[in-house]
Amino acid sequence: MSTEATAMPTGANPVFHLAEEPHHPEGSSTALGFWMYLMSDCLIFACLFATFGVLGGSYAGGPGPKDLFDLPLVALNTAMLLFSSITYGFAMLAMDKGRVGATQGWLAITGLFGLAFLSIELYEFAHLIHEGATPQRSAFLSSFFTLVGTHGLHVTFGVIWLVTLMVQVGKHGLIAANRRRLMCLSMFWHFLDVIWIGVFTFVYLMGMLR
Amino acid sequence: MSAEQHTHHDQGHHGHDHDDGHAHGTMGGYMIGFGLSVILTAIPFWLVMTGALGNAQLTGFVIMAFAVVQIVVHMIYFLHMSARSESGWTMMALIFTIVIVVITLSGSMWVMYHLNHNMMPVSAHDMSQMP
Repeated sequence: MSTEATAMPTGANPVFHLAEEPHHPEGSSTALGFWMYLMSDCLIFACLFATFGVLGGSYAGGPGPKDLFDLPLVALNTAMLLFSSITYGFAMLAMDKGRVGATQGWLAITGLFGLAFLSIELYEFAHLIHEGATPQRSAFLSSFFTLVGTHGLHVTFGVIWLVTLMVQVGKHGLIAANRRRLMCLSMFWHFLDVIWIGVFTFVYLMGMLR
Repeated sequence: MSAEQHTHHDQGHHGHDHDDGHAHGTMGGYMIGFGLSVILTAIPFWLVMTGALGNAQLTGFVIMAFAVVQIVVHMIYFLHMSARSESGWTMMALIFTIVIVVITLSGSMWVMYHLNHNMMPVSAHDMSQMP
């Protein structure tokens, strides 16, 4: 103990750690953290895509993609989601300029496109179930409803989040916290559109080619 | 003190650049992304609906290629991905995720295809002959 003290020159102890935490502005790492969440969400979808890829040909004597899918309806659905992506982009541009009214307006339009997407998807699901193509019918339909339903659930929560943020922006304006939240939802919303590219290609279009 | 900070920078322990990299894009960027997405969506739908290529397998490969290109377009123009954002950490996370996704997808399909292939037709007679 005493030898150690003598070995060290007094007053010049080497510091092997940061004496104080480097200052980070609040929320500076939110974008990276949220990106990590999106990547883990991506893995959930990867598993569901893999399940569909394995089971997508097991019809158990039931209806297949060619009997069930209505491509013009899927194209309309894709258009709704793509429009909602670009209108959310406009909302972010309006936010950058600090225009509360324009931001709210574009967010509302984005929400309406999101709701249109969900309505069309629910109509499609109801139509399939009415025809007897329920999730219990075959492995193909189980994996189909799980994959597309999970995506639809994400969009549902995205719309709820969007309405929440519209209320927040209405109450507090475009403060730094709201800008950060809008940026996170922007990443979430565009990410869902990326997943939908995989869905319409891998499930619907490839299904029609099987 | 300044020398100490200098060595910290040299060793790359902690980048003091608070370049948040949250670019929200420009009007032009969004419009380019939107235009490309419309084209890259419309062509696969048209190919499948009209069967313009004739061969189903070829059509499959082509629409998969279109999907990959469209995902990249979305990443660049809508998600504003770049190698610079967050000192490259978003790109690292993305690359890691892509590796896992590719292993999950191709691994599952490959293994299960061979499982089906090798185990499919077993008649009662074959079963009785098995050791």
